[in-house]
Amino acid sequence: MSNTYTEEDLARNLEVQEYKYGFTSDFKSDTIPVGLDEDVIRLISSKKEEPEWLLEKRLQAYRAWTTMKEPDWAHVNYEKPDFQAISYYSAPGQTKKYESWDDVDPEMKETMKKLGISMEEQQRLTGTAVDFVVDSVSVATSFKKKLGELGIIFCSFSEAVENHPELVKKYMGTVVPHTDNFYAALNSAVFTDGSFCYIPKGVRCPMELSTYFRINEGGTGQFERTLVVADEGSYVSYLEGCTAPMRDENQLHAAVVELIALDDAEIKYSTVQNWYPGNKDGVGGVFNFVTKRGLCERNAKISWTQVETGSAVTWKYPSCVLKGDNSIGEFYSVAVTNNFQQADTGSKMVHLGKNTSSTIISKGISAGESQNTYRGLVQIHAGAENARNRSECDSLLLSDRSGAHTFPYIECKNSSARVEHEATTSKIGEDQIFYCQQRGIDSEKAIGLIVNGYCKEVLNHMPMEFAVEAQKLLEISLENSVG
Amino acid sequence: MLTIKNLHASVEEGHEILKGLNLGVKAGEVHAIMGPNGSGKSTLASVLAGKDGYEVTGGSVDFDGVDLLDLEAEDRAKEGLFLAFQYPVEIPGVSNINFLRTAINEIREYRKEDKMSAKDFLAKVKTASNLVELDSKLASRAVNVGFSGGEKKRNEIFQMAMLEPKLAILDETDSGLDIDALRIVSEGVNKLRSEGRSIILITHYQRLLEYIQPDFVHVLNDGKIIKTGTKELALELEEKGYDWINEEIAQ
Ligand SMILES: Nc1ncnc2c1ncn2[C@@H]1O[C@H](COP(=O)(O)OP(=O)(O)OP(=O)(O)O)[C@@H](O)[C@H]1O
Ligand SMILES: [Mg+2]
Repeated sequence: MSNTYTEEDLARNLEVQEYKYGFTSDFKSDTIPVGLDEDVIRLISSKKEEPEWLLEKRLQAYRAWTTMKEPDWAHVNYEKPDFQAISYYSAPGQTKKYESWDDVDPEMKETMKKLGISMEEQQRLTGTAVDFVVDSVSVATSFKKKLGELGIIFCSFSEAVENHPELVKKYMGTVVPHTDNFYAALNSAVFTDGSFCYIPKGVRCPMELSTYFRINEGGTGQFERTLVVADEGSYVSYLEGCTAPMRDENQLHAAVVELIALDDAEIKYSTVQNWYPGNKDGVGGVFNFVTKRGLCERNAKISWTQVETGSAVTWKYPSCVLKGDNSIGEFYSVAVTNNFQQADTGSKMVHLGKNTSSTIISKGISAGESQNTYRGLVQIHAGAENARNRSECDSLLLSDRSGAHTFPYIECKNSSARVEHEATTSKIGEDQIFYCQQRGIDSEKAIGLIVNGYCKEVLNHMPMEFAVEAQKLLEISLENSVG
Repeated sequence: MLTIKNLHASVEEGHEILKGLNLGVKAGEVHAIMGPNGSGKSTLASVLAGKDGYEVTGGSVDFDGVDLLDLEAEDRAKEGLFLAFQYPVEIPGVSNINFLRTAINEIREYRKEDKMSAKDFLAKVKTASNLVELDSKLASRAVNVGFSGGEKKRNEIFQMAMLEPKLAILDETDSGLDIDALRIVSEGVNKLRSEGRSIILITHYQRLLEYIQPDFVHVLNDGKIIKTGTKELALELEEKGYDWINEEIAQ
């Protein structure tokens, strides 16, 4: 059988009506007062015992940010966050890092258990190294040794700054400069932690590298920073998944992810995004304003695969800059919105090199009163001889009150380019639901089944365990969305 | 097994389609329902299966001791009612096998039985697909997507064999099947006949009834059963059409 993950595995979770991961853990935090100015940035930097050059970078970004305006071109509507009402730093009470799994705070273990991602299980079942980030500071890193033997660096961003400053200095901000956009500038000024990964020349990373993010402190913004560098001829598959506890006030999340694939390297970056979406009436929920971009050198390949089910407002365009000749960029996305969620997401494929090719497959699913927008840009520069792009953007409506919108932009400056774009919008078929019901599958499960089928092309690009988790999320987030 | 009394049903706009239909089917019996286009055969099947969009305005349906009309569509299926659709529906991205595994386990859960093991399930897939000579590739392809008309019909009977219903309603399963396929599928249905299982065959063609011998043949016209006979009635219909029955009734 070709498909190993099964729908009924997911169905088990269907009893859960409210947001499944809605809880907060109670461990001591070290949080600085709300507000943002140069002193706060200096404080963050000194708390993290950072080198001078990084503080300088932060201050530059901050100064740029103060001159920038929050973008308002996206098809989303929300009350703009008050950036002076946010606390920009929070770290778990203990500053000491855990030496081994046994040393990990029992409260923390409980948190992970509730998430259904107990580390023992993750390690045993998936052979996955998990770098668990709670409130911006990583507290547990595993499989370090095995990775170390291959020269692979996989650590928190702070550790990378401390132990591999030359790599961080060389690559940080090269794909997403701090001047890129409002949120990227903010992140560059105040980021607290995140993940760093370096795969040396010719090394194929033997396991999926995964990081679980989690917002855990009320009113605390999350400013993660991820940097993945795949050196020449190397390969890595990186997983990013996140869940957030239930909150009433809006929480801002403005992450920056930079990927660099040097000559002949390949990076697969998969995301399951499940931040708290707000309640049924649209109260609360995370604002997710993310900048994700990858740079491909010669013959390199970057694939972004994402399943986005969470957040009240999502603004996110994982992109590829296809700089090297023959490089390949891919974007596979499922974005689900329910209740009052709003998502404006898509991809940018910038073709600079010759014979570059890109693929965009986007599946938007809207239920309830939600708004779901695909926004994409395919840019073929003058020097990009024989560039190819194929884009396919499908929207599925589960309710009459929800909206699906598609904004595909194409800019082509080279006549040898071949760009194909297809878009469809459909309503979930009553006939399909009845057919399932007639075979004994109730309408809620039927929708889960049909939606999962609809997303299969994207889910197939995810590592298996992750795809299973993604399917669960699809079902959970579409509960009570019939009609 | 099934007792339909004075069933009236309308489409939502208030247009009445079933106009006082009576039918009794005992366990193990095979009944054929014939009748002109638009007489309400598929509507009867849809109403029995619990499709949205039809309003039952009168009458009752007893299915093996339960009030069928009181149940949700999925619970009717779980009680053992199966409908082979006149127009099977496509579900992209969902494999036939996954679809059926979900269905079987839902049904088993309803009956407070354990999930079927992967081994038993696969063995069952093998037996059921052999029964109707379904290409094994079709079992793992997405439900009905890109299936030919005949393959879709064959797939319906494959699903019936998998789900082992108490009552199966086959809505024009014979139409669209080539001569060989008709024989194969009919033989499959015959093998599925058993003491505890009843079958209602909706068809336009006497030929099907040569393969699957019915105990009774009914003529449905304008929302009512207007004549009931044995399989000889089907031969008579083939020869004379439907008009003579109306004339007979008028006299
Ligand atoms: N949802 C609906 N809305 C309006 N009219 C309907 C609806 N469903 C059925 N009808 C009408 O009811 C009548 C009976 O239709 P039905 O499909 O039951 O006929 P049938 O006996 O199965 O015909 P055939 O032999 O062509 O399959 C037809 O006139 C049809 O147009
Ligand atoms: Mg019909």
